[in-house]
Amino acid sequence: MANQNKVWPGLAGLFATTIYGLFFLHSENQAAVIALLAGGGIALGFSAKFGLLKVVDSSIVANQKVLGLAVIIAVVLLAVASYEAHYVLLMLTTMLLYSTVCLGLNVQFGYCGVVNFAGAAFFGVGSYTAAVLSTHTAIPHLYVIVGGGLISSLIGSLLILPVLRTRGHYAALITIAFGLLFKTFLEVNDTLGGPQGLKIPGISILGWNLNNNIEIGSLNISFYVNYLVIALLICSGTFALVKRLERSWIGLSMDIVRLDEIAASTCGINVGRWKIVAFTLGNFFAGIAGAVYGMMTGFVAPNNFTFGDSLIFVSIIILGGIGNPWGILPAVFIVFLVPEKLQFIQEYRFLLYAALVILILLFRPEGILPRRIRDYFPGRNII
Amino acid sequence: MTDSKTLLDCRDLTVKFGGLTALNALNLSAQQNEILGLIGPNGSGKTTFFNVVTGIYSAASGETSFEGHHITRLSPQAIYHSGVARTFQRSRLCLPLSVLDNIMVGDYQHFNHGVLFNLFCRKSLRKQYEQNYSVTKELLQTFNEKLAERLFEPITALNMIDRRRVEICRALISRPKLLLLDEPSAGMTHDETRELMDDILQVRERMAGLTIIIIEHEMNVIERITDRCIVINYGQKIAEGTYAEVAADKEVQQAYLGQD
Repeated sequence: MANQNKVWPGLAGLFATTIYGLFFLHSENQAAVIALLAGGGIALGFSAKFGLLKVVDSSIVANQKVLGLAVIIAVVLLAVASYEAHYVLLMLTTMLLYSTVCLGLNVQFGYCGVVNFAGAAFFGVGSYTAAVLSTHTAIPHLYVIVGGGLISSLIGSLLILPVLRTRGHYAALITIAFGLLFKTFLEVNDTLGGPQGLKIPGISILGWNLNNNIEIGSLNISFYVNYLVIALLICSGTFALVKRLERSWIGLSMDIVRLDEIAASTCGINVGRWKIVAFTLGNFFAGIAGAVYGMMTGFVAPNNFTFGDSLIFVSIIILGGIGNPWGILPAVFIVFLVPEKLQFIQEYRFLLYAALVILILLFRPEGILPRRIRDYFPGRNII
Repeated sequence: MTDSKTLLDCRDLTVKFGGLTALNALNLSAQQNEILGLIGPNGSGKTTFFNVVTGIYSAASGETSFEGHHITRLSPQAIYHSGVARTFQRSRLCLPLSVLDNIMVGDYQHFNHGVLFNLFCRKSLRKQYEQNYSVTKELLQTFNEKLAERLFEPITALNMIDRRRVEICRALISRPKLLLLDEPSAGMTHDETRELMDDILQVRERMAGLTIIIIEHEMNVIERITDRCIVINYGQKIAEGTYAEVAADKEVQQAYLGQD
């Protein structure tokens, strides 16, 4: 059992994954991508067969803090290794921002059981807020990012009453309706650019424009590195908060609300309060991510925030393991990066998601990385 | 009947579901420190009574008072805070969560609920956690030593009697004044039932002033642990007294065995 708590198997696993990720991100032709995918699958299969995955897994569970930092360093290393490649950096940053949205959904759906099929809409609220605030006001851009989150929670609060009054499928229908309303509203609203959308200036912090490439001597570093750093900060901060939330009385209360509302109320739990907290917090995270995304891509249009995009977010958390923030990372890789790299399945991507979700629900309903028993203070109970 | 020691007092409690009268002007009171048995045929309104007292259903008419305060139209949360805890006939534990989580949540009212506190004051949270942890462990130890070693296992790993123990511990951890047990022996063998009743009697000895109302179909359980019994049928009280008195009652025998 002494083996279980060592750090190195987790670090080794992470190192291998990082190298793999580097090759995957930089592979240009379709054959190489397919070969890498097949190779990765086979490697996973073999390491599962020889019990390597279990060792890595328990090492990660026992050393979450160290490995969390290691993941951040790994992302930085990936960025350093790709400092000139705009497209690779754009994908990495987008993955981080998508992960942030999914962390928000994870609080809503995974912890508290509030389904939200309008994740993309709240992401969009963040982007549009950033567009309006940075074009029409002189608010510093760092505040604009926070503003994206705040406006997103504020608009989400419109939905609180109907979401509290309903549960299960009906609550899901309300969020679906909101997502559709949001997109239609944007399309017919000329002040917000209609179907054409709006342009957004890039982020500038203290007079330093993040949209300029960084030149150090003869090195020319892609400007996407700037956005990657911001996205990494936001994503890892959100991750830490979401993890802390789980390991607290709030996490416990939200779990009981999700699992049994009647038992929750006979234990004196205020069911409505926790649903509101979860919903608001989740939308806040989605809004922040949306603001950064909008400012990075330089423009927003209603078509970026469709119901289909919301479904992508939901399928990421189902695939990764409902309620386990760690599961989001591999799931974002599968759901976002693989179709992005394999151009020929782009048209079939929804078919792929649907098949994936069905397969997961059939064969591994708890997701790639199932959630574990809550450990309030990691290491506290290992004696 | 309203002497100073009456803990729970229900007057003319009536509950209707559409055309069905589940409780019909029920008068019932529980004295401090007693174990009161609530018996009656299936569908006679026993569980409905628990649901009304704990605020899950609302009464069409009548009053419930607990320690002299009206609790009839309070929310389940408020009633729980005033000191009424219960278990359910069909276990309502949260299966994927650990034994510790399931029990600790019973003490929800003493948690610090501030969002910022929970996210950023990890040191004080840890103090609260350690305290809750040791209280939970102690309580579980009085119930069952072995179970106290399994705090971090999910409920799915436990058998029926242990699940019941966990559920009773969840109700007891808030130090309630009144404990409502809804058929604790359901789905258990005779031996398991006897074991659980031993536990309940022991807990009552340790927790001074605890009043218990228990719904039960096993008559030997009722005979063994209750001080007083109330028999209800069609939502009305038909008999009241010690087990021996009640068992000898003609109307009770008819209700259970039928009439030619």
